[in-house]
Amino acid sequence: MRNRPLAIPDETLADLRVERRQNILRLIPTGEWNVGQSPRLDLVTRAVRPDGARQADIDGSGVTELDSAGAWLLLRTKRELEQAGVQVRSFVLPQHYMPLVQTMEEEHIAPPVRHAVRPRGVVPFLEGTGRGTMHALGQGYAMLGFLGRVTVEAIEAVFAPRRELPLPAFVKQIEETGLTALPIVGLLAFLIGVVLAYQGADQLRRFGAEIFTVDLLGVGFLRELGGLVTAIIVAGRSGSAFTAFIGTMRVNEEVDAMETMGLNIAEVLVIPRVLGLVIALPLLTFYADVVGLIGGMVMCYFDLHITVPVFLRELQQAITFKTLLVGLIKAPVFAFLIGLVGCFEGLRVERNAESVGRLTTRSVVESIFLIITFDAGFSVLFSILGI
Amino acid sequence: MSNSGNGDDKVAIRIRGLVNAFNGKVIHDHVDLDVMRGEVLGVVGGSGAGKSVLLRSIIGLNHPVSGSIKVFGIETADMDAEDLKGLQLRWGVLFQGGALFSSQTVAENIQVPLRRYTHMSQELMDEIAAMKLSLVGLPPDAAQKYPSELSGGMVKRAGLARALALDPELLFLDEPTSGLDPISANQFDGLVRSLQQSLGLTVFMVTHDIDSLRAITDRIAVLVNKKVKVGTIDTLVHDSDPWIHEYFSGARGRAALAGV
Repeated sequence: MRNRPLAIPDETLADLRVERRQNILRLIPTGEWNVGQSPRLDLVTRAVRPDGARQADIDGSGVTELDSAGAWLLLRTKRELEQAGVQVRSFVLPQHYMPLVQTMEEEHIAPPVRHAVRPRGVVPFLEGTGRGTMHALGQGYAMLGFLGRVTVEAIEAVFAPRRELPLPAFVKQIEETGLTALPIVGLLAFLIGVVLAYQGADQLRRFGAEIFTVDLLGVGFLRELGGLVTAIIVAGRSGSAFTAFIGTMRVNEEVDAMETMGLNIAEVLVIPRVLGLVIALPLLTFYADVVGLIGGMVMCYFDLHITVPVFLRELQQAITFKTLLVGLIKAPVFAFLIGLVGCFEGLRVERNAESVGRLTTRSVVESIFLIITFDAGFSVLFSILGI
Repeated sequence: MSNSGNGDDKVAIRIRGLVNAFNGKVIHDHVDLDVMRGEVLGVVGGSGAGKSVLLRSIIGLNHPVSGSIKVFGIETADMDAEDLKGLQLRWGVLFQGGALFSSQTVAENIQVPLRRYTHMSQELMDEIAAMKLSLVGLPPDAAQKYPSELSGGMVKRAGLARALALDPELLFLDEPTSGLDPISANQFDGLVRSLQQSLGLTVFMVTHDIDSLRAITDRIAVLVNKKVKVGTIDTLVHDSDPWIHEYFSGARGRAALAGV
């Protein structure tokens, strides 16, 4: 008994003997002509040259095992000899292998598979760049169209609903994007608060202005960091989930099924997600603000010995309600962007696994890009408005 | 073939006392089944009767609750797919949806097992891929296509070509003709039969297609009431079990039998 080992063996179990008598070439394959032996037999059979022979015999009666790979090698040798003008007088194999060889001889005349080659050089590079640019423009245009559609549908859904809002779906989205994100958002906000306080204290201590660490924390966190960090986490967490979920639905033809039933894709798939996120993200941002300040407060106590009452008094002087509001007002916009991009890319998935992965990646990258761009835009806007 | 496991050389798959259950619901209750070398065994049963579970148990994708499954004398029931490499060389599986890798062309799909288990040159692999394609009746230009560019019938053929890449001794087919039109299904049956004869394959075929059963199976295993009954169409049609009786003597069954 012998089980086949892990990989097909390299040991020699098959051979090809070549004999020459005047103008007659005799090929005598023996042993196991199978897929395991084929890499070596490939070289052996390719080395066979007619070298002036006019006629050939292939005597395979000593073949103990033959599969289609082995049969192909014999058949290829026979065909190559024939092409070189050699008359193959006999092609003998054990009787029970004849059906296989006959099937292959009749069926298989196709040339080897050719693989598409990727062109290289300057022209293909320029062509690729051009295609990429046009694709990006087309993408932007399509996204604007989608933005318009979702905006109209969202306004209709809220102010002039044709049907009642799908409340369960809506609440479920708030739970999935908001409630279940609390631990990770809290942890990261806390840590960022700690780091910010530590670094700030380190710098401000040189000027004897440790107490202003609290101002740095309050303004920095409430205006910028809280909202930005939360939006980026949610883009990675929920934006990707939207794309993957809707994308998988497209692969399964579920989206097509909805369309044929007259369901409005935007209303069923997009609006609950976008609106759910628009509600959830500001709440998450507020939570991140609070936890981040607590992190900073803890650090201030241990590093600078600023007690909690002192911290709170200083904080009260540093920030106003407007500081908080400036941070929070951005959250619904970020949420809208994340939801929009996530759903948009999900709906563009084609019916294969690769495209789900590619578009999910793209969805996260695009939403984070848009979040940071819009955040910069807000900063400019607020400074012009003097807020 | 020279490589046989221990045990009975005439038996390719031996199943004894197989029990499968999901969430307390018993699917197989001490099932016994032998698949002989060189035969085509059809497996039928109502929806949810556990046909696919049986197949998945044999190839190590599903762990049964208890029982023994020996393929070429090697126990597979409690092994992971990872432990079955020696056997994976010797069987090919055509999944229901084809399960072609969507990021690779048809030719690359066929070459995956060749690349994994042999040291063939790219040149030889290209020749072998072309040969497999013509064996399963696909045109040469299918080689460069991606699975998403193929029709349902072509996907099944390409999946079969991949399953046959390493010239396995044992071929598992999960509903190979489902989703094909009757003409394509007939062609596919003829293809499986001729490959089975010329390559000397053992075929384990899950199917609902009574025409396939009639055309290419040597024996039929029916999964009913958590047990398995084995016979031929002629014997099963007289079976006492109402489901089996109805399956083989119902209108569709008769139409198929009349066409003999």
